[in-house]
Amino acid sequence: MTSDRAAGDATASRPDGGGGQLAVDPATTAPAAPPLLTGTRASARLTSRRLAVSGVVVLVAAVAVFPLVFTNPTVTSIAIITLIFVAVAAAWNLFSGFSGYLSLGHAVFYGTGAYFLVVAAKDWNLTGTAVFWLLPVAGAVAALLAVPLGLVALRVRRHTFVVVTIAFFFIAQLSASNLTVTGGSSGLLAPVPNWASATYNNPFYYVGMLLAVVTVALSVLIRRSRFGLQLRAIRDDEDRAAGLGVRAMPVKLAALVLSAFITGMAGALWVYFIGQAVPQFVFDPLFDLAVVLMAFFGGLGTIAGPVLGALILEPTQQYLYLQQSNGYESEILFGALFLVVILFLPRGVLPTAIEYLTPARIGRLRAAWAAPRAGRQAVRRGGPPAPPAEGSVS
Amino acid sequence: MTGTLRADGVSKSFGGLQALAGCSLTAAAGQITGLIGPNGSGKTTLFNAITGYERIDSGEIYLDDQRITGAPPQRVFALGVGRTFQLTRIFPRLTVLENMLVPAHRGRPGKERRDRAMDLLAFTGIAGHAGALAGTLSYGQRKLLELAYVLVAEPAVVLLDEPAGGVNPSLIHLIADRIRELNSAGRTFLIVEHNMDFVMGLCDQVTVLDSGTVVAAGPPEVIRTDPRVLDAYLGTEGADD
Repeated sequence: MTSDRAAGDATASRPDGGGGQLAVDPATTAPAAPPLLTGTRASARLTSRRLAVSGVVVLVAAVAVFPLVFTNPTVTSIAIITLIFVAVAAAWNLFSGFSGYLSLGHAVFYGTGAYFLVVAAKDWNLTGTAVFWLLPVAGAVAALLAVPLGLVALRVRRHTFVVVTIAFFFIAQLSASNLTVTGGSSGLLAPVPNWASATYNNPFYYVGMLLAVVTVALSVLIRRSRFGLQLRAIRDDEDRAAGLGVRAMPVKLAALVLSAFITGMAGALWVYFIGQAVPQFVFDPLFDLAVVLMAFFGGLGTIAGPVLGALILEPTQQYLYLQQSNGYESEILFGALFLVVILFLPRGVLPTAIEYLTPARIGRLRAAWAAPRAGRQAVRRGGPPAPPAEGSVS
Repeated sequence: MTGTLRADGVSKSFGGLQALAGCSLTAAAGQITGLIGPNGSGKTTLFNAITGYERIDSGEIYLDDQRITGAPPQRVFALGVGRTFQLTRIFPRLTVLENMLVPAHRGRPGKERRDRAMDLLAFTGIAGHAGALAGTLSYGQRKLLELAYVLVAEPAVVLLDEPAGGVNPSLIHLIADRIRELNSAGRTFLIVEHNMDFVMGLCDQVTVLDSGTVVAAGPPEVIRTDPRVLDAYLGTEGADD
């Protein structure tokens, strides 16, 4: 059946409209240029799209039932932090991954959202679930702050931009340690909800999940939009994009503001869960390194990459941190991992894996998958016990 | 669609180097104007000055009667002046079709944009590569892509920086044919090119630049025999013509 479709695609343009916009009508193709978009690739793309959709459904369902299955508060706590980092990594990627402007100052927005929540909850006497309504407001405050910062920082590019964002970060950290509104170096306490201890983590978990899912969905929409295309054009060659009428500054600034908005909400959720805002943790230089590592690890500028990076790295970091009496060893391990990723997988795990899975290889895998079941079982019996997830290769 | 591009006494210096010294030229509406001159004579600098990539020290630039001196690149493009670069500049990590969708064009629905993009890709002969990453194109194909996406917004004036440079002969013919076809539809061209056959065969007017100053301007047959031009530029290179 699979070979049938591949053959059909190769000879005729696909009748279905969806996903077929990129397909080339042979009639418009100049004779000198042979179509690059062959049937195999088109059908491989269809297959991978179907795989991606079902993968997302399974993943979201698994995340939704996770706290019902794993009720241990330590586990759900790690899961909450992980979801927060999924949102932050996706939000960071939405600006830095798409535009190529690598920000090492997103902790500014994270921390701003965090401090806003703590201060506002105290001033307005909010407790319990009502505090969650402060999240979008905290995001808006962080977004507002992103406007002047962006107008300054986005005038410069590459390394200079990175250095400017680091400078912003230290300004924020120093301010938090010295201002009275942030409680100085001793920090502030967040309100403590009086929820039943057995399900205490659940509200945080599901708000975190909502934030993560919405952020990833937003990333998908933006990547497909004209806005996303302009961001990626800016990443590839900003001056050329300007010469084609792209107004680079408003586009970059809009992406930064949106990214800051989500990061601010994530910071606010985080501080409400953690319970206190102390400058060295709210404005933590390791926060930015962790987020950047997640995006690079999974695949900068892709949708799934930062999500995958956060899902793998954040629980690992939390686990290592809990296993050891001091935090240094996990940090050293993370530094080493950063080095390995940058040196050997600079484009990230996902793009490298996708490149490895060329259409030819996918074809072979599918052929193997379609091979008689008995044959495969015989192979299995012959070898060592095979893992159940054979399909996970693709 | 009209578009007369006029540079009036444009000067630009980089430190001690005078790249343009009171350079004046006109690319008349509906004509193909060639801009030739030895390396370092200021041709690309003039392009950069016109399209907003380089601030000029003095002089004025006009599109029809509108002064566009000092306008940023996105505004110059929006006013109807598109350009290509000597070393092609495409978006390597976008697909060819995505490259075509980057140029701004107001008030067109997505479907229409796509169709127009595919039409232009077919026009330049690279429609078969629509789904490929632009970074995988050959040098000649990149030239064609750059020409195609500059045309997306239907600019009145098109500036081409060495469209035939480093391109194989059959592609050079294709590019020349396409330029003629676009020109016959009324589009103005200003073309920097070292390939003399290409310039002389294509252009209505030729302007010769030397050390940032126009030394001659006129129809190709006059320029070909102008002693100042032979001296400044064609002296060695044009001997075999």
